[in-house]
Amino acid sequence: MKHFLTTDTLSREELDGLLDLSDEFVEVLSRPIPKVPALRGRTVAMLFFEPSTRTRMSFERAAKALSADTMSFSPGTSSLSKGESLKDTALTIKAMGAEALVVRHKATGAPWRIADWTGLPVLNGGDGAHQHPTQALLDALTIRRHFGTLGGLRIAIVGDIRHSRVARSDISAFSTLGAEVTLVGPSTLLPVDLTGWPVVTAEGIDEVLDRDVVYLLRIQTERGGASVLPSLPEYVSRFGMTRERFARMPDHAVVMHPGPMNRGVEIAPEVADHERSLVESQVANGIAVRMAVLFRLLGGEVADA
Amino acid sequence: MRELVLQRGIVLGPGGPAAADVLIREGRVVEVGGHLRAEKVIDCDGMLVGPGFVDLHVHLREPGQEWKEDIESGSRAAAAGGFTAVVAMANTEPATDAGHLARYIQERGREVGLVEVIPAGAITLGRNGEHLAHLDELWKAGVRLFSDDGNTVQDAGLLRHAMEYISDLGGTVAQHAEDPGLTRNAHMHEGAVSSRLGMQGIPSLAEETIVARDLALAELTGVRYHVQHVSTAGTVELVRTAKRRGLPVTAEATPHHLALDHTEIEQMDSAYKMYPPLRSAQDVAAVAEALRDGTIDAVATDHAPHAAAEKDVPFEEAPRGVIGLETAAAVVQTFVAPDPVTLFERMSLAPATIAGLGEHGRWLEPGVPANIVVFAPDVRWTPRRFVSRSGNSPFLGRTLTGRVMATVHNGDVTYRSE
Ligand SMILES: [Zn+2]
Repeated sequence: MKHFLTTDTLSREELDGLLDLSDEFVEVLSRPIPKVPALRGRTVAMLFFEPSTRTRMSFERAAKALSADTMSFSPGTSSLSKGESLKDTALTIKAMGAEALVVRHKATGAPWRIADWTGLPVLNGGDGAHQHPTQALLDALTIRRHFGTLGGLRIAIVGDIRHSRVARSDISAFSTLGAEVTLVGPSTLLPVDLTGWPVVTAEGIDEVLDRDVVYLLRIQTERGGASVLPSLPEYVSRFGMTRERFARMPDHAVVMHPGPMNRGVEIAPEVADHERSLVESQVANGIAVRMAVLFRLLGGEVADA
Repeated sequence: MRELVLQRGIVLGPGGPAAADVLIREGRVVEVGGHLRAEKVIDCDGMLVGPGFVDLHVHLREPGQEWKEDIESGSRAAAAGGFTAVVAMANTEPATDAGHLARYIQERGREVGLVEVIPAGAITLGRNGEHLAHLDELWKAGVRLFSDDGNTVQDAGLLRHAMEYISDLGGTVAQHAEDPGLTRNAHMHEGAVSSRLGMQGIPSLAEETIVARDLALAELTGVRYHVQHVSTAGTVELVRTAKRRGLPVTAEATPHHLALDHTEIEQMDSAYKMYPPLRSAQDVAAVAEALRDGTIDAVATDHAPHAAAEKDVPFEEAPRGVIGLETAAAVVQTFVAPDPVTLFERMSLAPATIAGLGEHGRWLEPGVPANIVVFAPDVRWTPRRFVSRSGNSPFLGRTLTGRVMATVHNGDVTYRSE
C-alpha cells in the first residue's frame, strides 16, 4: 500500500487486514503507557487546508502513539494566503523532511495531486465531498467490534449523502465487507445519479428503523442553504432520530454518527448518549485505525498478509 | 513575384475533390490544373488541399492576460492548426466592448500577419450583463459576431433589446448558454461521475433552458442567433427543430465535445476542465451526429489557453478551458471522420459565412484569395508539445489521425509541418 486515498479500491482482504491491525492498536491504547516505538524517528506532516480540530487531533495522537514526530500546517497563518500555490506548499513540506502527509482539503482529488507532486505516501484526511477513508475504517472497526462482523448486517445511512465524504467512503467499505446498505434522505440531499452504487434507497427514516445500524450524518446547514431544506423542524420530522423512533428499533440495534452532532436535529440528545449509541467508541477507534494506516504506510510489511 | 505551387494534391474545388496542382500568385489562386510550375513548390501527394480553416471561437488573451497567450502566439498556433482566420472572443481585459478595442485586436492581428484575426464584440459593457456595449462602434470597427462568451446574457429583457439592435445592424448574436442558477459551485457534468466524486454537477438543462429561451427571443426579434459550444443532445434537438422551422439559427461544437465524455474526469485531471463540461457518451454521440448532418454548422475550438501553473492545481480550483487550435482538424478526423467535403464545410465554409468573412471559406478556383490548408487525413501523430504559449490540452500524448501539413494565408506559407 503506497497511499491511503479511498475505500473504493480496497478489497475485503485489505480491509480485514487493516481492521485486524487496528484491533491490535486498540489493545495498545488500553495499556498504562499507550505508546509503541514503531515509527520512532519518522516524521508525519499534517496538511489541513480545511480546518478540522477533531480529525487532526486524532491523526496527531495516532502518530505520537507510534512515536513518530509530527509537523503541522494550517492555512490561516501560512504563506498559502500570500499566494503560494498548493504545489509549492506541499514540496516545501517535503523538503523539510516529512515522510508521509495527512491531507485534508476542500477540493475533490487534492490528496491525489499532492501524492503526484511529492511522491510521498499520502493519507486522505478528507477531500471535498469525495472520500474520508479513515473515517470509514473507524466506522467499520466500531461495527465489527460490536457485532463481530459486518457480513450480513443491514445498515442505513441517513441524511445529507450528496455532500458527505463519510457516506461515500462508508458505502464502499461497508458493502465490500458484506453489509447491505440503505440510503435515506430527501432528493435534494441524495446523489443525483446512483448508477453503480451498491445501495438501495428508502423514503424516510421510519422505513429503516428495523436495521442493525442506523448511521446518522451531520446536516450541514451551510451547504446549499435554504434551497435544499425548507426548515430544520421539517428535517427532524422526516429524518431525525428522535427518542420515539429509537424506541421502535430492535434491542440489538445501534446508532452511529461521525460527529460533530447537531443534537436535536439529526439525533436526539438522549439517543446520542444512550448505551446503544456507538458515537464514543467511534472517536476512540479513530486513533487506532489511523495508527494502523500510518504503520502500514511508513512502518512496513509486518502485518501484511 | 510571390508564386507557389501546391502539387499533386486532392483539390477541393466547386465541383468537388479532384487531383490537381494549384498555382498561387500574389495572394490569389490563379490556376488549378495539371503540371503547373513555380519556383516554390509544396508536394501535396495524397493530401487534401482546401480552403483554410476558420475558427469562430478562440481566446487570444490579449490584451490583459498575455502570460497565457497573445495575438502573436495565438496566431502561430492557429496557423499550425490550418486556420487562416479566427474570431477572438471579447473576454479580454478590458473586454472588447468598444470600437477602439476591436480595432486594436484586428490591427495587431494584421501586424503579426499569420491569420486574419477578427474580434467578436461584447454584447454588454464589460460583459457584465447590465448595459448594452457600444454596438454601433463595434459594428463600424468590423465586428459581425457579438457575444459575452464566458458569461451568459441572463436578463431576457436586455438580451431582447440587444437582439433587436444587432438585428438592425445586420450582425449575429452568439450565446454562451449556461444558466448560472443551475451551475453554482459546479465544475463538471452532473451525472454518475460527479455523484461518485462528490462534485457538484452542471446539469444538461443549464445549457438547454437558455437555448430554448433564446430561440424564442430570436424568433421574436428576427436576429441571426448562434449557439456556442453545443454540448448536449437536448441542445442539438432544440437547434434541429428551430432550423426545421426556418429560423436563422446556427451552432458550433468543439473538438473536445465531439470526442470526449465525462468519464475522463475520473482521473480528476484539470486538463479536462472546461465549460460547458464534457458530457455523457450519449451527448457526445448526438453532437457528432449533428455535425455530420449539418444541424451543427461549424467546428469551433474554444481555444482557451492557461499557464501550466494555473492548471497544476486540484480540479475544482483550476481555471476552465483547454487549448484546441493545433489539434482541431485531427480530433475531428479521428473521432468523427467526415468525408472531405463535410470536413471543409464544417471547418471552413460555414464558419466563414457565420463570421461574415468573404476572403475565407471558398472552394478553390482561379480568382479566390489564397487562404488554403494542406491536410493529410490519414497521417497518424501524437501531440507532444504545442506552438501555443500554453499546453493545457486533453489531447496531449494521444495518437490522432489526420495532420495539417501546410497553411497558406494570403499566398504566404504560414506553417509547414516538419
Ligand atoms: Zn464559452
